[in-house]
Amino acid sequence: MDTSSISHHISRQYNQELEDVRNRVLAMGGLVEQQIKDAVQALTSGNVELAEQVITRDIQVNALEVGIDEECTQILARRQPAGSDLRLLVAVIKTITDLERIGDEAEKVARMGIHLTQLERPRNQYIEIQSLGGRVRQIAREALDTFARMDTEAAARVAQTDQQIDMEYEGILRQLMTHMMEDPRTIQRNMDIIWAARALERIGDHSRNICEYVVYLVKGKDVRHTSLEQLGEIARGERR
Amino acid sequence: MGSTGTTHRTHGVDIGQLARGLAPLDLALERICMQVEQLRLFYGAKQALCNVDMRIPEKKVTAFIGPSGCGKSTLLRCFNRMNDLVDGVRIEGRILLEGQNIYDKHVSVADLRRRVGMVFQKPNPFPKTIYENVAYGLRIQGVSDRRKIDEVVEKALRGAALWDEVKDRLKDNALGLSGGQQQRLVIARAIAIEPEVILLDEPASALDPISTLKIEELIYELKSKYTIVIVTHNMQQAARVSDYTAFMFMGDLIEFGDTNTIFTNPRTKQTEDYITGRYG
Repeated sequence: MDTSSISHHISRQYNQELEDVRNRVLAMGGLVEQQIKDAVQALTSGNVELAEQVITRDIQVNALEVGIDEECTQILARRQPAGSDLRLLVAVIKTITDLERIGDEAEKVARMGIHLTQLERPRNQYIEIQSLGGRVRQIAREALDTFARMDTEAAARVAQTDQQIDMEYEGILRQLMTHMMEDPRTIQRNMDIIWAARALERIGDHSRNICEYVVYLVKGKDVRHTSLEQLGEIARGERR
Repeated sequence: MGSTGTTHRTHGVDIGQLARGLAPLDLALERICMQVEQLRLFYGAKQALCNVDMRIPEKKVTAFIGPSGCGKSTLLRCFNRMNDLVDGVRIEGRILLEGQNIYDKHVSVADLRRRVGMVFQKPNPFPKTIYENVAYGLRIQGVSDRRKIDEVVEKALRGAALWDEVKDRLKDNALGLSGGQQQRLVIARAIAIEPEVILLDEPASALDPISTLKIEELIYELKSKYTIVIVTHNMQQAARVSDYTAFMFMGDLIEFGDTNTIFTNPRTKQTEDYITGRYG
C-alpha cells in the first residue's frame, strides 16, 4: 500500500473519512514535535513561561488522541474495513497512543525545566539535554515522516537510530553519576536532569514503535519484538 | 521496550508463534476433500471459468467471493454437476471427490448429488409437511422403516437447529414456515441423507439479519461433520463463517488462502481492491 491508495474507494465519503483520520494523526504529530522542541528549549534556557505553555498544550494533544480514537471506532463500526484500510486504522489507533505518551514525556521535560530554574544553572548550560533533545526531535519527526509517506525502508532506518539515543542516554547517565559522586550538592539538580533525559529517551522508544506500525501498515507484518535486522529485512521485502 | 541499549528482545523465542497460540490454518496441512484440476467451463462461446485449480479442505468452511459474474456460483455448481442441465455448456478439466473424477462417464449423478448436497439462495421446500420434506431423501432411497425415518428426521432437524421450533407441528405444511426457518429446513433435508459435502449458494441473502446469524451459527456447527463450500456476496459473512476464502474475478481464481490473511493482508492487489471496496 502507498499513500495514494487511501483514495479510490467506491464510496467517496469513505475516502474522506480515512484521509481525515490520517491528516489528523499528522497534525497531532506536528503538535507533539513542537512540544518536544519547546520543552527542550524551555529547560535549557530556563524559560518558565514557555514551559508552562508546553504543560497547557498537552491538553490539546490528549484531546486529539481521544478525538481520533473516537473517529476510528466509528469507521470500524460503520464501514467494517478490511485489508489495508483495517491495517491503517489499527496502526493509527496504536500510533496516537504513542504520540500521546510522547506528549506526556515532553510535558515531564517542561516540568523539570520549571523545577530546575529554582536551582543553580550548571556550567555546561544543559548541553547534554540540548544534544539528546535534538536527536529525539529528529527521530520523532522522521518517524512521522515515514508514516506520512508509508515508507517502510525509511521506517527501518529510523528505528535503528533509537539505538544511538539509548547509547547517548546511557552516556549522560554515567556522566551525571560521576558529577554527583564528585559533588553531592549537585544531586538534586542532576537527578532532575536525569529525569528529563529519561523522558527524552522514552520518546525515542515511542518513535521506534511508530516506525514498527508503519511496517505493519504497509507490509501487514507485526514487527514488534523482532530484532532490527529482521525488521529491516521485512521492511525491504526480503522476508515475508 | 525501553530498556536502554539492549536489542536482545527475542531471547530466541518466536513471539509471533506464542502470540498466535494455535498454529495458523495452513492449506498444505489439511486433508483434501475435493480437488479441482484445470477446470474450464464455457457457456456457448463465452468462457466462464479459466483453468481453475483448487483444493477444498475437508470439514472446513470454504467461501467463494467475487463480483457478480466472476464465476463463483458456476464453480460451486460444478461440484455436484448442476451445470450439466444448462444448454450449451461445455466443461473441461477434472474435479476429484475423494480421488475420483466426478465427471467420469460411469459416475452416477444421482449418487454424486447424494454425497454432495446443495442449498440455494431462495429456500425451496416442497409443498409438503415439514416431516415429509426431511424424509423425502430417505423415501426416494427406498427406506420405509417408520422408526428409522422418525429418527433421521429428528436428528436432521436438530442438526439444522430447527427441531425446537417445529417439533410440535411436524405435520404442518412447510410453506407456512418463515424464510429463515424454511432455509434451515432445506439444510435439514440436505443433511438427512448424510452427504459428505454441502454446497451453499448465497444461503442467507434472502433472509433478515437475525435469521442470517442463525444460518451462520449453523454453518459453524455443521463443519464438524461436513465439508462446506459457500458462495456469498456478503464479504463480512465470508469473513465471519469461513476458514478459507477464494477470491474470483472474471472466471479466474485470483487468490485462495486462509480467511484471516485474505481479509487483513491479501497477496494480490485485485483481492485488496475488492475486499476494501475499491473495485469498479
